Amino acid sequence: MTAALLEVEGISKSFPGVRALHKVQFRLSAGEVIVLVGENGAGKSTLMKILSGIYQRDEGTIRMDGNDVEIPGPAVAQELGICIIHQEMNLMPDLTVAQNIYIGREPRRGIMLDERRLNENAQQLLDDLGIALNARDLVGDLTVAKQQMVEIAKALSFNSRVLIMDEPTSALTDAEVETLFGLIDSLRERGTGIVYISHRMEELKRLADRVTVLRDGEHIGDLEGDEIHVPTIIEMMVGRQVDSSARPTASAHSADDIVLRVTGLSTRTLLRDVSFDLRRGEILGFAGLMGAGRTETARAIIGADPRTSGKIEVNGAPVAIRQPSDGVRHGIGYLSEDRKQFGLMLEQSVTFNTILASLPDFTGPIGVVQEGKAREVTTKYVDDLGTKTPSTEQFVKLLSGGNQQKVVIAKWLTRDCEILIFDEPTRGIDVGAKEEIYRLLHELAEAGKSIIVISSELPEILRLAHRIVVMANGRVTGTLANEEASQEKIMEYATHAIADTKGAA
Amino acid sequence: MTADQTTRVASPSDEPKQAPQKSNANLWRKGLQQGLAFGTLVVLLLFFSIASDRFFTWSNLSGILLATAVIGILALGTTFVITTGGIDLSLGTGMTLSAVMTGIVAVNFGMPLVVGVLAGIATGALIGLVNGLNVAFLNLPPFIATLAMMMVAQGLALVISGVSPIYFSGVPGFRDIALGNLIPGLPNAVLIMFMLAALAYFMLAKTVFGRFTVAIGSNEEATRLSGVNTRRWKVIVYTVSGVFTGIAGVIIASRLDSAQPQIGVGYELQAIAAVIIGGTSLLGGRGSIVGTLIGALIMSVLINGLRILSIQTEWQNVVVGVVIAIAVFADALRNRKGL
Repeated sequence: MTAALLEVEGISKSFPGVRALHKVQFRLSAGEVIVLVGENGAGKSTLMKILSGIYQRDEGTIRMDGNDVEIPGPAVAQELGICIIHQEMNLMPDLTVAQNIYIGREPRRGIMLDERRLNENAQQLLDDLGIALNARDLVGDLTVAKQQMVEIAKALSFNSRVLIMDEPTSALTDAEVETLFGLIDSLRERGTGIVYISHRMEELKRLADRVTVLRDGEHIGDLEGDEIHVPTIIEMMVGRQVDSSARPTASAHSADDIVLRVTGLSTRTLLRDVSFDLRRGEILGFAGLMGAGRTETARAIIGADPRTSGKIEVNGAPVAIRQPSDGVRHGIGYLSEDRKQFGLMLEQSVTFNTILASLPDFTGPIGVVQEGKAREVTTKYVDDLGTKTPSTEQFVKLLSGGNQQKVVIAKWLTRDCEILIFDEPTRGIDVGAKEEIYRLLHELAEAGKSIIVISSELPEILRLAHRIVVMANGRVTGTLANEEASQEKIMEYATHAIADTKGAA
Repeated sequence: MTADQTTRVASPSDEPKQAPQKSNANLWRKGLQQGLAFGTLVVLLLFFSIASDRFFTWSNLSGILLATAVIGILALGTTFVITTGGIDLSLGTGMTLSAVMTGIVAVNFGMPLVVGVLAGIATGALIGLVNGLNVAFLNLPPFIATLAMMMVAQGLALVISGVSPIYFSGVPGFRDIALGNLIPGLPNAVLIMFMLAALAYFMLAKTVFGRFTVAIGSNEEATRLSGVNTRRWKVIVYTVSGVFTGIAGVIIASRLDSAQPQIGVGYELQAIAAVIIGGTSLLGGRGSIVGTLIGALIMSVLINGLRILSIQTEWQNVVVGVVIAIAVFADALRNRKGL
């Protein structure tokens, strides 16, 4: 048997207080795609950072073509032909495509940059890879998907033999994902070895020659060919079985009690005539592809973005919502998909975050915050929601994603919001913790809160929502009861309309 | 299916045909702030020319240019620093310390003029080097690192000079550095400013140094992960800015024919204002040398014009402040989507 392109054996790595990796192994041959899966914190990213020279391993061996190698820094990894495409975009938005691809390796004439040769080389590379991009375009003007393509082109410009992709599809639309997979297929044919990290189970079967599962920093096992079976993989990831076919029980509340009615909502750029009802005690799911207008709908409702037309009624009475504070006043809380940027103050305590939206309720006559009352309320919600935190004074940034989400929920519950809009409530949350968030949302609904859940994960929508609104191109294309909905049906609504609107235009 | 997708990916799309247009749009947008600044300058020149017949005369215009020289040179250097997303508060007092060192070497030590000038420039470079090391290796925020340097430089200038000005009257030819006329009618200081502007333009637009300056300001972590030694380049950026500070120190000493240890504070803010008016982003990633030059000229023209119209100094400050606010607002507008 010939030596593997890349072989990793017995790799361990500890950080102060955490054992990130413990005797992890995997092997990658030329022209092979292995998919690395595991919950957040399983050690995938640490492993990749060791391979790309950002971290140093504590023990273990890395072999390329059967020879032991050391990777003390990113530059050495590049020389060895190991390239990583990071989860966060690592491009300079103010530079052009060509300038980004060849940053640090610009062709020069003396001390001058040879801009023409730079552009020619980059365009040649892009054309070879079949990536439809102009080398002179500013990266900041490109869509996320195209930026991803720039990253891949950049990685391949190093003549990479090993390409590591860390959740490359998390921001892509389905069509863009197909383009990416096509590119991966052609790379596979060229003999590039690919390590692909993903949370998305449906991608595994399409891509993987082998699936390697990590859990809590340990190597749990490899699956090949026919063994690649999603329930098995999830079981290996979480260490127990997860019931993914569960559906919500019917809402116990009256179907006529309409809490929020939106009619004819439009915005300047995207939304056209969006209408729907939200009933008391109901979870209403919003499904659709990226850019369908789900987040935009939520933002228009709470007054974060201007509307051009549309009527909003809360509990049967029309309301004027012009800015987010109006939305909050009418009891509508919006939980952004980007908790860290829009939902939480990471450097502050659980208490601080919990009472943030309702400070006046916790303020004495001369403007002094009543710490005791604040802690009391916070403690109540920590208990109610089962937030795992050593104390109410813990910094939020030290909590896990699932527990951070609970702090945001507590914030809006403290504000006494009747209507809660969750945008991607489980993004970046472990498979295990997801179940807990689902349970929590159902409990909130049973307690009479009305909930909108925006999610790109169809199983999640089906798991949670009593009814499902499907959007495409800024319009509502269908509303389904959970009983009549299936992934296929939702996708049909989410994609058919695109063809329709294109045909009309 | 696989083969089908591969061909689809490899097939040329019609997008490249549209792409050149898009690039033009980029160019147009890139030039907008500069165009705006340039337009403002022209409007100001027209306004003051109409408002006062003493404004548009060669002697007044050359006076404006001379008044621009020191701020302009400081601003040119610090454009690099601001483009990396940094800030330099030690420009003003760093310039003073450079001027004092020139005086000490050329007057007190009686060394040749050239040595004095080089000592001044070297002082500026050293200040920049220390700033750069503090920012890049001690990870001090640029604001703090250069605030500390601002105070250190001011203190040292006072200590070294003994809190009194050093006069260059015994050094023949020193005044000519700034006030001589290699080109008849044009003070050398102005000539030097334009030459440095040409050099800075070349460095920012055409060299690896400039490319990394923009890259660091645009996304430092990405630049580092691309294998660029960002720490080293930050040190170089601050040092280059320091060299410009040193040159400004020599120029101001020559113009005043003395090294004044008390002045300097406030110059850094005027220089930073010129950079911002010129369209360089305080967030980093976008810098314009031509814009900086125009920004510095706008400030001088404003101050000179208001003075000619006999407007009180206090009101001049108010006007300049408003102009800076408008310039930054215009920048924010431009960054909004769809523009």
